[in-house]
Amino acid sequence: MTRLQTAFSKPHPAFVAFITAGDGDTAANLDALAAGGADVIELGMPFTDPMADGPAIQSANLRSLGAGTTTVDVLQIATDFRARHPDIPLILMGYANPMIRRGPEWFADAASKAGVDGVICVDIPPEEDQALGPALRAASIAPIRLATPTTDAARLPQVLEGSGGFLYYVSVAGITGKQQAATASIESAVAALKAATDLPVAVGFGVRTPEQAAAIAAVADGVVVGSALVELVGEYGLEAPAKLQELTTAMVSAIKEAKNSARA
Amino acid sequence: MNDIPLNSGPNSYRTQPDERGHFGDFGGRYVAETLMPLILDLEREYRAAQADPAFTAQFDDLLEHYVGRPSPLYFAERLTEELGGAQVWFKRDELNHTGAHKINNCIGQILLAMRMGKTRIIAETGAGQHGVATATVCARFGLPCVIYMGAEDVKRQSPNVFRMKLLGAEVVPVTSGGATLKDAMNEGLRDWVANVHDTFYIIGTAAGPHPYPEMVRNFQSVIGTEARAQMLDRVGRLPDLLVACIGGGSNALGLFHPFLDDADVKMLGVEAAGHGLDGDEHAASLLGGAPGVLHGNKTYLLQDEDGQITEGHSISAGLDYPGIGPEHAWLKESGRVEYTAVTDDEALEGFQLLCRTEGIIPALEPSHALAAVAERAKAMSEDQIILMNLCGRGDKDIFTVAEKLGVEM
Repeated sequence: MTRLQTAFSKPHPAFVAFITAGDGDTAANLDALAAGGADVIELGMPFTDPMADGPAIQSANLRSLGAGTTTVDVLQIATDFRARHPDIPLILMGYANPMIRRGPEWFADAASKAGVDGVICVDIPPEEDQALGPALRAASIAPIRLATPTTDAARLPQVLEGSGGFLYYVSVAGITGKQQAATASIESAVAALKAATDLPVAVGFGVRTPEQAAAIAAVADGVVVGSALVELVGEYGLEAPAKLQELTTAMVSAIKEAKNSARA
Repeated sequence: MNDIPLNSGPNSYRTQPDERGHFGDFGGRYVAETLMPLILDLEREYRAAQADPAFTAQFDDLLEHYVGRPSPLYFAERLTEELGGAQVWFKRDELNHTGAHKINNCIGQILLAMRMGKTRIIAETGAGQHGVATATVCARFGLPCVIYMGAEDVKRQSPNVFRMKLLGAEVVPVTSGGATLKDAMNEGLRDWVANVHDTFYIIGTAAGPHPYPEMVRNFQSVIGTEARAQMLDRVGRLPDLLVACIGGGSNALGLFHPFLDDADVKMLGVEAAGHGLDGDEHAASLLGGAPGVLHGNKTYLLQDEDGQITEGHSISAGLDYPGIGPEHAWLKESGRVEYTAVTDDEALEGFQLLCRTEGIIPALEPSHALAAVAERAKAMSEDQIILMNLCGRGDKDIFTVAEKLGVEM
């Protein structure tokens, strides 16, 4: 099994934690997420123009770039993480331009060497897959796609074609860090997605509290939290790791209990 | 058709983009999944509108009676004498309602928005010209309108901010990123992604995800279609050289596109060289940038070696976008259109030259084209014809020009 398959085969839904690379002490932040029990880690690649992100992650991108973070730095952070944590899946998430700047093959090869398991590229929909997808698949990196409330049944097969790792369901039509969708609509959406694919379905966008995470864990294979973690980095800076571990521990605990009670 | 070598050229330069919105390697639909179904829906609705004579009739009627088209084709006699070379003719799109070519596109897009049942309009603006044009058509059709504008530009362009507010628009200053045009476009996309059910995004230039580049070009092609017929009517032949300035590139495409298959008509697009192409302070995406992906399309961008987008600079706020419409990227690589760049100082000279010789105060954007025209005309013979798109009037720029010339107002 791949690291991602193992992470989604645990007795509880996966907790997927996002932070931005180069924002604060990233190595310490990543270690805190791991210590808190995160099952999958998404490492955000900073970009000057994060069009799909709300204020929290926009600010994290600017802090990172302001600190001089380069693509090589991001890959080094991944490489070092992989050396410290051989088993936790690591995903790079970001926008197309930094990923394809030196050519998609260069990026896929570098990410593979850094021990990256999957890539989420926000602004490459299936229609433009050739810009990055073939290079990722050739390097055995999972191209993780997004499905949204606007992805209808007719379109879903196209989204699934060529995707891997897991399916990331964006629960609201909007940007990161805003309001969450009603649990009932998430439940029916996840059920529809799972009927169409064998890939695990993780749900994100707007998940901020352990209670919200538990509600999603009752109906999905994974819960993605980003803005709430990134805000801690913004607020506490170099003191953030303790806060990140605390929130991660609470999220993971709520997720484990939720699935247990749902199954009881 | 993709395997035709570039040096032999395609059979026609007017058949782009392909069905996926690609102009050669450029263009496309690089948007988040949330927007993808909407983009596809927009394309279907646009195709239906294109095929509907009632839509075209309403567009043409508004262009004639509201915008004031056709705009005149004008022989610049004194400018021609002063330059001492080719005849210089202008397509007078600065005489349109709202004072620039932007309104042509806004009329087309708001008609499409209403056809799609959308009840709320958003737009981005840099200098404010597209914001004013959008606010204008929203007032005309009674739709609420939100204009995203970089906080820096709000400060620099206060007369246009006031115009938009007079027209009933809500102007939202954008403080994220560098607080200029590209950040305003990011914020427009963020609004759109959250309000896709009722909101139409009127993009101001021939860029963004397919079908915007094609759609904006087609709405603006009224410029070249009129000019071509006017030229044949007035002088009985086509011009030797077309010249237009380029920010995102919509006025240039509007002029060029109807002439693209006229093999004897040369074309020159003029980018903003700011303080010079040898430094970082310019807005010449084609001559000083590299291909990449931003705002829904693959095109030439100002960017660093990591693909981070860099800020453009130009004396003209309408030209300082760090990208360019994807069709221009393709026209450059295919060799059909030549591109050059003009500095802030050269554009200022072009501005003053036109004021002095023709009694026309041009916008700083076409002043870049004027600087290129002045240079080319001198090297051409008196029986040759240059046709330039005078795409905007300069009232909005007099404060900037006064400051540059050291005049206190």
